[in-house]
Amino acid sequence: MVTIGVDAGSLTTKVVVLEGTAVLSRSSLHSSTRDAGGKGIEEALRSAGIGRERVKEIVATGIGRNEVAQATSAATEIVCDARGGRFLAPSAATIMDIGAESSRVIKCDQAGRVADFVLNDKCAAGTGVFLEAMGKALRVPVSEMGSLSLKSTQEVNITAMCVVFAESEVVSQIHRRVAKEDILNGIHKSIATRLYGMVNRVGIVKNVVAVGGLARNAGVVRWLEELIGAEVFVPEFPEYAGAVGAALIAADRSQS
Amino acid sequence: MITAGVDVGSLSGKAVVLDDNRLVSWGLVPTGPDSAETAKEAMDIALQKGNLSLDRIEFVVSTGYGRVVVPFAQRNVTEISCHAKGANYFFPGARTILDMGGQDCKAIRCDANGKVVNFAMNDKCAAGAGRSMEVMADLLQIPLDEIGPRSLQLDQGEVAVSSTCTVFAKSEVLAHVRQGAPTNDILAGLCAALASRVYGLLRRVGIEPEFVISGGIGKNVGVVTRVEQKVGLEANICFEPQIVGAVGAAIFARDTLVKQKKPAAAR
Amino acid sequence: MKANYGYADGSGEYFITIDTDVCDGCGECARVCPSSLFEVAPDDYDQVVARVKEKLTRSVGVLCPGYERCRDKVPDCHAVCRVGAISHSW
Ligand code: SF4
Ligand code: SF4
Repeated sequence: MVTIGVDAGSLTTKVVVLEGTAVLSRSSLHSSTRDAGGKGIEEALRSAGIGRERVKEIVATGIGRNEVAQATSAATEIVCDARGGRFLAPSAATIMDIGAESSRVIKCDQAGRVADFVLNDKCAAGTGVFLEAMGKALRVPVSEMGSLSLKSTQEVNITAMCVVFAESEVVSQIHRRVAKEDILNGIHKSIATRLYGMVNRVGIVKNVVAVGGLARNAGVVRWLEELIGAEVFVPEFPEYAGAVGAALIAADRSQS
Repeated sequence: MITAGVDVGSLSGKAVVLDDNRLVSWGLVPTGPDSAETAKEAMDIALQKGNLSLDRIEFVVSTGYGRVVVPFAQRNVTEISCHAKGANYFFPGARTILDMGGQDCKAIRCDANGKVVNFAMNDKCAAGAGRSMEVMADLLQIPLDEIGPRSLQLDQGEVAVSSTCTVFAKSEVLAHVRQGAPTNDILAGLCAALASRVYGLLRRVGIEPEFVISGGIGKNVGVVTRVEQKVGLEANICFEPQIVGAVGAAIFARDTLVKQKKPAAAR
Repeated sequence: MKANYGYADGSGEYFITIDTDVCDGCGECARVCPSSLFEVAPDDYDQVVARVKEKLTRSVGVLCPGYERCRDKVPDCHAVCRVGAISHSW
């Protein structure tokens, strides 16, 4: 059985085509693209070599889930993240999704049901927006921030968690000619601290998995591991966790 | 009895000399990289204006974020307590004080002696501080001091800004601009948003007349008017807002000295 | 005095309130808090009372999970405070 999950995020729309429990293809488009969901579905189907008629159910999630006209139903980000996170890391008990404009921490019980969660989409600190802004100030592309920060040799403290205040702190560090990698390291500590607060709120349970686009940033993950005091697992293609979850839920729904 | 108060803030350093209850002189300098040096510079100016030398000052209290590093202070007191004392000096009837600078916002309720009864401070989030207005002024390319007056001259009606976070509000404002909303109407929405943030902090400490506003926000009529409406009280605006904390520190210095002398005299 | 330590940001309000009129400075809160948020020291009016450490006021929402969520880990700061001086806004 073929199903599709569409995760219409604030920045990118991710699509996953699933057959049973095998991911056949993925696609990703800017959410500002017209009919991003529809185009993403077409693209993913094309690369999977599958006709539209074989698709049983399409579940949309993400902030723009109600605008995906092709979807047969919708599901919340929390449910999809939990499902997708557990699929990518079956023993996961704590799932953190660090996205472009929001972040979530979900605690699952042993059966994989959502036991507790915290969501932040109201404060830009602890989201991709934070890294985006700091990257701009430092003139370092977001994709390179993580690896560059690992070269840091000196600890620099960015005390502010707020994007606006942290920006000024970073600018003054630049003026003081502090090395970029050291500033980046401080930036990653700041965002990780904010995220750690969310983990702390649901209560830390070991077996932490990080998903969402920012999970690709090794600097953030390293600080999270340090603060949580446990390993943080990052699956391959972490940004597709929500879409995978949506596709799995689509499979459940078409069976019942 | 000659005492002094030194307030080392994030932007400026202030020093005040007090002779019993009389304000003798004050000094104000921008904060440099070295807080101790900043404190000394401000103190030197105050001393010079008052024709005094440091050894004539019987007691010095420091306050502000750099208060622990002032070498010539005998005691340090938090900004909150100093601010309440200082506001009480300028407005003896003050019971509710709102102080907002670029970096933080403080709501304080005090008694008739300027002793703090309840306080809350927010220095973590730019959206709750004057900083948010600076960001918007920059975004809209409008001088900071025009925001207040223009926000009161509505074109079609206030444009609501729903995001609290300054960063998310920026995108919201840009979207409004693109849709052709009049700038004044957007400014009205921004001032209203800041006023309601500030009001939240005031409500936490409780509101009682008289109401005093100090700090940079006092200069923004758009925010002041809206805060007054919410609070239901007219605000006394402190026109030497910069030195309120330092005056409070100097009063703390005097009170500490009096306390120290009293048991000695009784013995 | 009611001292509110903490902050409000876009995501909500995070204030820990200590009523220094009833706090007797026993220091039990400082002893039990898993995040070591409290300390006991003389305040500006020379009263020895509990307060949130100055360095941590901007992180209370990160370091403290909120009273309801902390409560499972008995004893917590409210439970050990005999005079009920501490309250949380979240
Ligand atoms: S702390 Fe900064 S990033 Fe968070 S809501 Fe406030 S302004 Fe936005
Ligand atoms: S609720 Fe728990 S973590 Fe929070 S301050 Fe009290 S003891 Fe500390």
